[in-house]
Amino acid sequence: MSIWLDDPKKFRTLAGQAHQVAMNMLRPISRTYDRAEHEYPKELDMLAAMIDGLAESGASEGAGAAGVRRDESEADAGVKNGANLASVMSIAEMCWGDVGLLLSMPRQGLGNSAIASVADDEQLKRFEGVWAGMAITEPGTGSDSANITTTSVLDGDEYVINGEKIYVTSGDRADHIVVWATLDRELGRSAIKSFVVAKGTPGMRVDRLEHKLGIRASDTATIIFENCRVPKENLLGSPEIDPKQGFAGAMATFDNTRPLVASMAVGCATAALDLTRELLAQAGVVVDYDRPACLQSAAAAKVLQMEADLEAARLLMLQAAWMADNRKPNSLEASMAKAKAGRVGSDITLSCVELCGTVGYSENELLEKWARDSKILDIFEGTQQIQQLIIARRVLGLSSAELK
Amino acid sequence: MSLLPNLRPGGRHGVASTETRDPIGYLVAGLSRLAQADLLDRLGLRKQAEQTVFTVTSGGFKAVTAASRQFSRRGSSKKPGVRPPGVSAPGTFDLTPTEDEQMLVDVVTEFADEVVRPAAAEANEACAAPTEVLEGSLEIGLPILGVPESLGGISEERSAMAGTLVAEALGKGDMGLAVAALAPGAVATAIGLWGSEEQQQTYLPAFTGDRGDEKVPAAALALAEPTVLFDALSPATTATRTDDGFVLDGVKSLVPRGAEAELFVVGATLDDAPVLFLIESSTPGLTVEADPSMGIRAASLTTLRLDGVRLDESAVLGDTDGTAYAECVRLSRLAWCALAVGTGQAVLDYVTPYVKEREAFGEPIAHRQSVAFMVADMATELQAMRLLTYKAAARAAAGKDFSQQVALARNLCADKAMRIGLDGVQLLGGHGFVKEHPVERWYRDLRVVGLAEGAVLV
Repeated sequence: MSIWLDDPKKFRTLAGQAHQVAMNMLRPISRTYDRAEHEYPKELDMLAAMIDGLAESGASEGAGAAGVRRDESEADAGVKNGANLASVMSIAEMCWGDVGLLLSMPRQGLGNSAIASVADDEQLKRFEGVWAGMAITEPGTGSDSANITTTSVLDGDEYVINGEKIYVTSGDRADHIVVWATLDRELGRSAIKSFVVAKGTPGMRVDRLEHKLGIRASDTATIIFENCRVPKENLLGSPEIDPKQGFAGAMATFDNTRPLVASMAVGCATAALDLTRELLAQAGVVVDYDRPACLQSAAAAKVLQMEADLEAARLLMLQAAWMADNRKPNSLEASMAKAKAGRVGSDITLSCVELCGTVGYSENELLEKWARDSKILDIFEGTQQIQQLIIARRVLGLSSAELK
Repeated sequence: MSLLPNLRPGGRHGVASTETRDPIGYLVAGLSRLAQADLLDRLGLRKQAEQTVFTVTSGGFKAVTAASRQFSRRGSSKKPGVRPPGVSAPGTFDLTPTEDEQMLVDVVTEFADEVVRPAAAEANEACAAPTEVLEGSLEIGLPILGVPESLGGISEERSAMAGTLVAEALGKGDMGLAVAALAPGAVATAIGLWGSEEQQQTYLPAFTGDRGDEKVPAAALALAEPTVLFDALSPATTATRTDDGFVLDGVKSLVPRGAEAELFVVGATLDDAPVLFLIESSTPGLTVEADPSMGIRAASLTTLRLDGVRLDESAVLGDTDGTAYAECVRLSRLAWCALAVGTGQAVLDYVTPYVKEREAFGEPIAHRQSVAFMVADMATELQAMRLLTYKAAARAAAGKDFSQQVALARNLCADKAMRIGLDGVQLLGGHGFVKEHPVERWYRDLRVVGLAEGAVLV
């Protein structure tokens, strides 16, 4: 044991491969699918097959949307660099390629992370190989996800789901949807459970697709549930309504997915900064790390600040993943990672456009696209403000009733 | 206006030279002169203000008065000194300190809590560190933390990580006292890292206690200079070659405990490259003046003037191509980052219970998002500062290039540490502005992080 915060040696090859895939497969089609919103990126099928192959061979170190599962059985053998670290590192590389395409990757949906986080072993086996989108937000309920109105009522061996879900990433393309619904609105947050619904189940339909600011390669769907019946075995986790457990069950997913979203922001911002650094160098601006920022040009000083912020987001992301790998509770650190990555992701991508002038603003480069893509990463899986709330409650030791 | 250049207000009292006086301005300036005159005092019209500025101040530069000991020369100036080996880079991402590091942190943390923090307010007023803090720091072994075991120190290997953790823990107690306590260690560590055999054998025994009852000398690493837009890598202090050595001329600032220091490491430009020089305080041509500043006042900051200081050939510490010097600047910035993390933690730990107890509009102010989110950002950025600092420190300890990592750590720490200091005062409101609470001191201390060069080193 000793402090060492460089990228884990173990995953350098994996990250290198992901970088090559991002550069050679995602970048060439990045602008195409930004323009052709809602068109299915058929190239991804081949890529997904390759990723599955890597996973089977063990070469991907368990990285991916499902890499967030916490393996409780493994014996404690010193400090671990495991699937959580592998996941944030490879996802950051893929998002250096294209965030929208990463989000469209078959079988790598946020629903897959939810299943990996909450499912029991039987469910995990049953849902192996599915592509699952995640349906939480409703027209009247965004950040306040304890207040959802979609209901699920047990009727015999099936749950009957009713409600409307919006902003479902991969909602059209995925073959399964993990939907949050309440078993009893009177009982508050502890009654909220997640259910896996297969596409084609009668009563569930995709109503429409959104037209968006960014991540246009990814489809964002509105899904309607009308007396949609699913087998009761599709409820993830325990069906018991345990007020003591509160919201923890469903929320556990977020502790795992927030570092992933942080890694998306880190990847996107890295892309913008890498290109900007080169464009600035061509214009004669080179950063000198040994001289104070105030002795350098304003552009170089800005690059220094952006690099520092990006490194901060990146290390907070690695910290949160490392804690998950080593079975330490990381709710606070996961939120810190997402809060920092979300806000610097926006600052960096927007500043890069500004520094590069109309070169940055034009569609001839991808800088303007990254500045649009990055915004969602400070919103979904918990907005900046929700992260601040979580951090503040933890640091101050306040309940959600005290710090609203 | 050119007829009366001496009546122009600019260039003094913080007035820019672009300012001009109109008739009312001249009248007011005249009244001001009168108000400053002794006449008022002789007539008993004004209460004497008590002067509490420390003694070196009055009368400008004075010869260094510290009873300078005779360092008897040993070893060869041609042979390189002993170097602590670098830690092997582990390759596994890990946030856990080693057992030895943890033990050290526990000891220093206790010292910071029990001795340093309680002494901080008074030391700030007195512009001096009390004896028990300095003696305690010697007992812990702070000056020899970076000195190789084979030379009587306590580090088996390169100790940048341990030094970083120690500086953080001390900085949580008080930044000014931490600088005072760490100053001699900066010089000892520098000699350990870059000293020749002669330099190590001549000076290190005084720090390691191998000279019997002689007390460990105060010593200071002097890199900063009193110029705007100072560039540490291009010091204006010059070293000129002579037949048998060098002559140094220039002024260094931010020199901790300069008045009592017996040994200085000074940065100067020699043949266009920055170079470190070891100078005993008895060397003719050295004068020192107190330079009380905005914060870290307990470090007894001084300005060191070098007027034709003649040194012999063996006074060069390390190489003359700027490599050792640049390394020194980076390791010093790393130490400042660690101090910033410690003091930032002190702020967070102080405001957390405060905002939960302080009530406004019928409930604790912590229940308001505008207050709570400031605390959340403080905690987030503080942890980011810590991680960047640790990453650079770990690479330094492993003997890897860490220039970029330390630059990013310093950039983030300079910005966010000041933000934390600022918000620390803001969260206490008017109470934060008065000396009843330590947050105003931390605010002043944290300002130094973005501009400090030298003084401390890990």
